[in-house]
Amino acid sequence: MAKLQIALYWAAGCGGCDVAVLDTDAFILTVAELCDIRLWPIAVDGKYEDIEVMADQELDVAFINGAIRTSENEHLAKLLRQKSKVLVAFGSCAHMGGIPGLANFVDREEIFQRAYLDNPSIEPGNRTVPQPESRVNGHTLDIPKFYKRVYRLNDVVDVDYYLPGCPPAPDQVKAAIVAIATGRLPAKGSVVGCSDRAVCDECKRQKEEKKVKKFHRPWQKIQDFEKCLLEQGIVCMGSVTRGGCGVRCPNTGQGCRGCYGPMAGVEDQGAKFLSALTSIIDSKDPAEIEKILEGIPDFPAIAYRFGLPNSLLQRRMRA
Amino acid sequence: MSYEPRIVGFLCNWCSYTGADLAGTSRIHYPANVRVIRVMCSARVDPTFVLKALRAGADGVLVCGCHPGDCHYTEGNYKAMRRFALLQKALRDFGVEPERVRLEWVSASEGQRFADVVTDMTERLRPLGPSRIKPTLEADAVER
Repeated sequence: MAKLQIALYWAAGCGGCDVAVLDTDAFILTVAELCDIRLWPIAVDGKYEDIEVMADQELDVAFINGAIRTSENEHLAKLLRQKSKVLVAFGSCAHMGGIPGLANFVDREEIFQRAYLDNPSIEPGNRTVPQPESRVNGHTLDIPKFYKRVYRLNDVVDVDYYLPGCPPAPDQVKAAIVAIATGRLPAKGSVVGCSDRAVCDECKRQKEEKKVKKFHRPWQKIQDFEKCLLEQGIVCMGSVTRGGCGVRCPNTGQGCRGCYGPMAGVEDQGAKFLSALTSIIDSKDPAEIEKILEGIPDFPAIAYRFGLPNSLLQRRMRA
Repeated sequence: MSYEPRIVGFLCNWCSYTGADLAGTSRIHYPANVRVIRVMCSARVDPTFVLKALRAGADGVLVCGCHPGDCHYTEGNYKAMRRFALLQKALRDFGVEPERVRLEWVSASEGQRFADVVTDMTERLRPLGPSRIKPTLEADAVER
């Protein structure tokens, strides 16, 4: 069998997805046997130029992790789309915008101001800021354009499969690579490497009636590990999140953060979570409800932690 | 043509829709800015509906249900009340003015109240101008 030609690219992400690939342990050696890795910036010395000179669809599959934040991200996404038969959005950022997507609650200008001018760690008066173009030794250098907001991968290119998770669980990564290598591909547009049921379905904690008078941050409460987190007033998104992760967070005492994204057919994971969470509040008094809600600081950042660009409103509207 | 706010109204079947009906049969005048969708209960109004209406270009969304204690399904309107409290907070972070989304209790006998609510909401929306949500997201798709 001819070796599978693959590329892995890291767009606006933290690098954890690349580590998730390495987390497949000894399997990574099988990957090296099955595949020629033509580009993988974190691990292999491939150049963008090597991709540019390839024939169209020369690559069998490209895995892209990270959201689209800069013109470089978009350029590579488009280039890999053109050169690949199959394009996989790998991890929450490529799938839904991920943590970088939370930047859509602020403007590009505010980010610039904070990062280069107002940051407390910057020497007072230092106004060194990046320029779109600079001249060094007679050469002109430019940096990629920082887009006005964060986009999902499928906002800029056609995506064949989505492999969710922050990061995707190693077993799911393995299964996806094997499925591609053996040509057992699901319908285009499928979310793969996950379950069709919610995280709650796989969670072993006891679930009874949910009525909450007070919400707690995980460190504010000594929790009962046998009992549903939500019933203990600890915010958990398991009920509105795709399973398949192995219930990683609730099993370690943290509420599910929603990284596997919405269930099939759901348009807005955060809205569903809003519904679920407020349904269990045990009060009919507006003032008391308000007080109970104060126990959930910054709700939008919780509900859209991994999927703001994937939500109905996608961003904060400009004033 | 002058700007007319477009309001999507979700009215519960048992109280508010009947109240709106009463406004009609009583020939009470109110602005034609509201487009009414009948739902069985205010608790049926998934926050997704509100966001979707805003995303599709609505300038305001009005949710009406039975007064607290009067819900046909005993507690549905309390669920709506709780959802709405959090939804309002969340919308602030999206840069959506609080006037654009409103929850009101209108009973089956309150035709006049329904008319007053729609009139008041329309007048409060007018000075805000058209919602920026749809044009903003359309522009984002074209120019990054």
